[in-house]
Amino acid sequence: MKVSGGTAAGGVLFSGLTTKWWGADKDPIPDPGTDGKIVPSFCEMCFWKCGIHAHVQNDKVTKIVGNPDHPLSRGRLCPRGTGGLGLLYDPDRLKRPQLRREKDGKQYFEDVSWDEALGFIADKMKKLSKEHGPESLALFSHGKGGSWLKSVVKAYGSPNVGAPSWAQCMGPREVGFELTFGSGLGSPEPLDLHNARCITLIGSHLGENMHNTQVQDFADAVGKRADIIVVDPRFSVAAGKAKHWLPIKPGTDTALLLAWMHVLIKEKLYDRDYIARHATGFDKLVKHVEEKTPEWAFTKTGIDPELIRASARTMAAARPASIVHPGRHSTWYGNDTNRMRAVAILNALLGSWGRRGGIYLKSSMDLAPYKLHEKVGHKITKPAADRAKDAVIPFGGESLVQGFRDASFPGYAEYDIKAWIVYGTNLIQCLPDRKKTEKAIQNLDLMVAIDVLPTEITGWADVILPECTYLERYDDLWAPGYIEPFVSLRQPVVKPMYDSKPNWWISKQLAKRLGLGALFPWDEPEEYLRARADASGISFDALKAKGVVHGRPEPATTEEGVELTFDTPSGKIELYSSLMAEAGLDPLPTFEPPNVGPAGSFRLLFGRSPVHTFGRTTNNRMLGEIKSENEVWVNARAAKELGLRQGARVVVENQDGAKTGPMKVKVTQRIRPDCVYMIHGFGHDDKRLHFANGRGGSDSDLITKAAVDPAVGSTGMNVNFVTLEEVMS
Amino acid sequence: MSATRYAMVVDTRRCVGCNACVLACKSENSVPAGYCRDWIVEEVRGNYPHLSAEIRSERCNHCSHAPCVANCPTGASHIEEGGVVLVNHQKCTGCKACMAACPYDARYVHPEGYVDKCTFCIHRVRRGEDPACVSICPTKTLHFGDLDDPNSEVSQLVRTRKSKVKGPETGCDPNLFFLV
Repeated sequence: MKVSGGTAAGGVLFSGLTTKWWGADKDPIPDPGTDGKIVPSFCEMCFWKCGIHAHVQNDKVTKIVGNPDHPLSRGRLCPRGTGGLGLLYDPDRLKRPQLRREKDGKQYFEDVSWDEALGFIADKMKKLSKEHGPESLALFSHGKGGSWLKSVVKAYGSPNVGAPSWAQCMGPREVGFELTFGSGLGSPEPLDLHNARCITLIGSHLGENMHNTQVQDFADAVGKRADIIVVDPRFSVAAGKAKHWLPIKPGTDTALLLAWMHVLIKEKLYDRDYIARHATGFDKLVKHVEEKTPEWAFTKTGIDPELIRASARTMAAARPASIVHPGRHSTWYGNDTNRMRAVAILNALLGSWGRRGGIYLKSSMDLAPYKLHEKVGHKITKPAADRAKDAVIPFGGESLVQGFRDASFPGYAEYDIKAWIVYGTNLIQCLPDRKKTEKAIQNLDLMVAIDVLPTEITGWADVILPECTYLERYDDLWAPGYIEPFVSLRQPVVKPMYDSKPNWWISKQLAKRLGLGALFPWDEPEEYLRARADASGISFDALKAKGVVHGRPEPATTEEGVELTFDTPSGKIELYSSLMAEAGLDPLPTFEPPNVGPAGSFRLLFGRSPVHTFGRTTNNRMLGEIKSENEVWVNARAAKELGLRQGARVVVENQDGAKTGPMKVKVTQRIRPDCVYMIHGFGHDDKRLHFANGRGGSDSDLITKAAVDPAVGSTGMNVNFVTLEEVMS
Repeated sequence: MSATRYAMVVDTRRCVGCNACVLACKSENSVPAGYCRDWIVEEVRGNYPHLSAEIRSERCNHCSHAPCVANCPTGASHIEEGGVVLVNHQKCTGCKACMAACPYDARYVHPEGYVDKCTFCIHRVRRGEDPACVSICPTKTLHFGDLDDPNSEVSQLVRTRKSKVKGPETGCDPNLFFLV
């Protein structure tokens, strides 16, 4: 061996001698033996839904790796995907159905049979329908498994089905892009980051936000020396890879976006042919941004005018392979549709929509529709009760789930919500104003929680139903729009543990008890999935064997021959939005100064860790080995002024007296002095989460205030201010 | 026997510090709770707003001149094919001499009493697979191969990109290279 230099040779020799004393050992490093029978499925540790290979030995999952055939994982996984084991084997899982009981004035949960739990729910639902109408039931649902229950609730006769992923997350982005290009983005976002020569992140901390394929493509772009521009009050991981970091004053993004437009137009850097051919309202836009100079923007954003110019030139030099990333969580300040319109317009000026290295056009596999709920059960006769009686919210999409909550207060909406079913979403941590959520629950006749773990919301339920994890169940087929069409199968890797059940089973059983059994004309989900696959011309056996079946890619960019069309009123890219004008809203994005906090307070910002998905994973002991608690990030100078040292424990209190903590302070150069930051999803206070309980702080507990977007009705949550008080122990 | 020198190349420009490598290693190798064989180091320099950052996925350097091997009294720490530094669990008494000698703090005492560390997933490499951390890595930060083969990916990366090793002054000749 060439490597055997002096030292190494000595080692080998020594080893030879000692072998005599300790016994021969030919292959001293045993194979750890974690390979097993591979079952392909797709992940639900977040909602990106990557293809996985689960290794199984004796009905135990030994490890989870990426499925090389799956377009969203390409054989690679983020840490949460691997950490699925920590969810499956979480000792705190909900194990049996439970009913809330009361004895001597004390409430407690009692383990009951599935039959009793489902019977209780069905009886209550029948009574509810008779007394208040079926529409008085709302379903809050997040995750693929919810599809079965949505059918039941619709067939029961309620229009009130929604997820926080709209009004607490992507709503403004979807509407902003739809108003401009005639189409939203959806998930996975159609961004050709892999081929981009410039990526501008304004509202995305990609890399900390660990959407696998997108991070893979981002790293490819970095590897190919694409220019990265990052706008963030915090020096994010992506900022560490950026040519330009713009540490913007929180809430002033639209001022920067307008100044960028100003530079692109003034210096004639925009894509003139593309705009002339595809866009309308350009003259109005020119006039609108004429005075939005970088010097003007500096007074709002604190960003050096020359840096604004330099970054605009960088993004223009790479066009059309230049993406201003639309982000995902876009509910910040209550004027979010307006800001997302500005992001969309900037992409239009760069000519990136429909272009290689820009925003491509998705294609997807056609799945035969499953719409039995339209034939079985009751007609839905009323619109959703997701807003105030007199509210005018011009642009819809999905229901506003905070509206369902508010409609649980008598007289708020057209009619009152009297019952909730909450599937896979911890409303305590995802809706603003926790106290209001808790008060709303007091008004309900029935509250059902279906979950894998005892998150805070399940503690408020009358009935808790333990769902099994994504590794123990079938869900419906999934065929999203993507650069290449594909369909993915979620199938059980192991049998459900404890007395937990898959949601298809829970939904089918509930439907039967409600007289809606015809919704599920099959005994086992395989029958249904096979029939649906057959009807869609897809081999179910291939799906089972590989976890994924690919379709034929369609042209996705003009470079591949696509003729661009836009589903807007004018049939063009609407720089000036006719629909916003009709709705009485700004047809061109305008800058509105953000709200101001009390003197001496910091604006509260929150974000993601690559090892966690909101509060869903913070009880996961495997992921907890990497990150078991969050810290509150404070600028080093600001911390010094407050006398806070690294690791000090503080209680964080907001403008309304809401508190979280104690939690650790992270004193850092990586953030502006006027804001603090924490990773969302920590600070659980449900004692049944034995690992997560009491670790770190909860940003949600501090988000008592939300600013409502006039276009979408979504809740902007970056409008709260906090102070820090050191706890001496 | 043709010469083989296994090495890992870590492209710090691509790494986002997500820890996928750490968890993939833990599950591949059944590393007990509370321990790890690889880890992430995030270094930020400068003062707000003039900052730079480097993120590294670190592990045993499988040094060509490994002080852990030289200092192991029982011969448990030894060099296997391709220069991979391994610990024979049966021979290890858990005396920690190797841990004291290692400049990289790459070893820990397994609850079962022996010293444990990165094996470059030699059990996988023998089957022609990449180490678990390399194959999971979403950002393709990690590359594994034979540095004695001039055509290997790792050789080409080290040849064409600016790289560094940790603690070059130790004289250990580490085989973990960081592209900067």
